[in-house]
Amino acid sequence: MTLSRIVVVGASAAGLTAAETLRREGFTGRLTLIGEEQHPPYDRPPLSKQILKGEWQPERIALRPAEALDGLDAEWLLGRKAVSLDVAGRTIELADGVQVPFDGLVVATGVRPRRLPFARELDGVHALRDLEDALKLRDSLRSVPSVVVIGAGFLGAEAAAVARELGCPVSLVDPLSAPMVRQLGGDVASRVASLHRAHGVDVRCDTGVTGFTEDRGRVAGVRLDDGSEIPAEVVLVAIGSVPAVEWLRDSGLPVGDGVLCDEFCEAAPGIVAAGDVASWVHPDHGRIRVEHRMNATEQGMAAARTLLGRRLPFAPVPYFWTDQYDVKIQAYGRPCADADFTVVSGGPDGGPFAGVYGQNGRITAGVTWNMPREARALRAQVIERAPWPRPAAAAANG
Amino acid sequence: MKIHIDEAKCVGGGQCVVAAPEVFDQRDEDGVAFLLMENPGSELHASVQEAALLCPAVAIAVAER
Ligand SMILES: Cc1cc2nc3c(=O)[nH]c(=O)nc-3n(C[C@H](O)[C@H](O)[C@H](O)COP(=O)(O)OP(=O)(O)OC[C@H]3O[C@@H](n4cnc5c(N)ncnc54)[C@H](O)[C@@H]3O)c2cc1C
Ligand code: SF4
Repeated sequence: MTLSRIVVVGASAAGLTAAETLRREGFTGRLTLIGEEQHPPYDRPPLSKQILKGEWQPERIALRPAEALDGLDAEWLLGRKAVSLDVAGRTIELADGVQVPFDGLVVATGVRPRRLPFARELDGVHALRDLEDALKLRDSLRSVPSVVVIGAGFLGAEAAAVARELGCPVSLVDPLSAPMVRQLGGDVASRVASLHRAHGVDVRCDTGVTGFTEDRGRVAGVRLDDGSEIPAEVVLVAIGSVPAVEWLRDSGLPVGDGVLCDEFCEAAPGIVAAGDVASWVHPDHGRIRVEHRMNATEQGMAAARTLLGRRLPFAPVPYFWTDQYDVKIQAYGRPCADADFTVVSGGPDGGPFAGVYGQNGRITAGVTWNMPREARALRAQVIERAPWPRPAAAAANG
Repeated sequence: MKIHIDEAKCVGGGQCVVAAPEVFDQRDEDGVAFLLMENPGSELHASVQEAALLCPAVAIAVAER
């Protein structure tokens, strides 16, 4: 079937890449991008880094110059939210009631911040996902307030680092045993904890949050499950995210933890998904959903190709990075907390190192800490599933 | 084809080097990408375009001319 009208819902990294790939690979029909945000597509990783720190202005994070967007020859419906999908009738309904017909659809609506179960609207309590969130948090840090970050995943850890660099007293609270332990495993996570402590962050792991204290509608502190309380003028809630699939409920599209796709990123005939919202069957890892920037691009390309009939199983080597203080951590593959881990080069505490994760005697993932060139070398080993380094080799290098 | 790398944006993952190893490399000290050639021949244009599209930091600008 040749498609004549493709609609992309979600005009950010994955959606834009899908649209560009469609054009680059010969789609000449009508192309529409629908995005809830007013802004043309912009890049999110700098939000918790250069933007939060005040080093970059928002113009700097545009994903493409205006001419490149014009060159796509697409219709842009920005500031418009999709509220429902009719799979059989092949239409999308927008919040203002407009019906947008399609024959091919790319779902790229990303994720939204998860909220605390007890959260109420209180001044001084922030989330961090879009540009407005980042500017609001940046502005609130100007007076050097005391900050509590709830959730020590990569987002919370990055924001804690920036707040600390701006001079704020910072506490980082998480119910797990160390920052980013789910993403990086215990060994690397304990180094992340040491890094934050060395910079003066009050790192409270194994600690849950039970509520806020307030003063006339403004947050005043965070209550912990050990009965204590940390005073706070600003709180960032960074406890993970949930896929933005509310508009797909009742659509008949398979939805669970994200849009459930097959190995080609397809959820139903002519309907694909990409980026943070997409759960798909990775040939090596089974069903996964990846919330990292690199995946948004790669999956946007793959999903577009599927729509055009160039179907290949989507089998990327996942990649992510995070910047905290002067440390860049990069990971290839899927490090997991219960895999074996060993350092293969560098490694004295606090200094640069490269390490590998493995299972059943094979390398399944690699991580580097301020060793970017080694990251690429590890990528090759992850692809090959290279044999686990012998202890002698590991020790000689380390 | 004119290629520009925004060094301040580059996050050093090396996807450009994987996509077009003839054209891109990374500095040893910080992993920031640099060009091995200023004017790649037409046989390399597709892989350079691929690198620019893949770059997770949107640090590569390509102008055809
Ligand atoms: C602060 C921050 C820092 C990050 N740092 C890193 C990092 O250092 N390294 C890394 O690898 N990754 C990082 N990430 C993750 C990375 O940014 C995401 O993986 C990437 O943005 C995903 O792109 P996406 O297009 O799938 O989703 P998104 O970028 O979330 O875009 C989805 C878009 O869809 C729109 N939308 C949602 N629902 C609807 C609807 N119903 N109708 C219309 N539009 C809708 C949203 O408004 C949004 O614009 C970071 C993310 C954040 C928030
Ligand atoms: S792909 Fe982009 S961010 Fe990565 S090393 Fe190359 S230029 Fe830098």
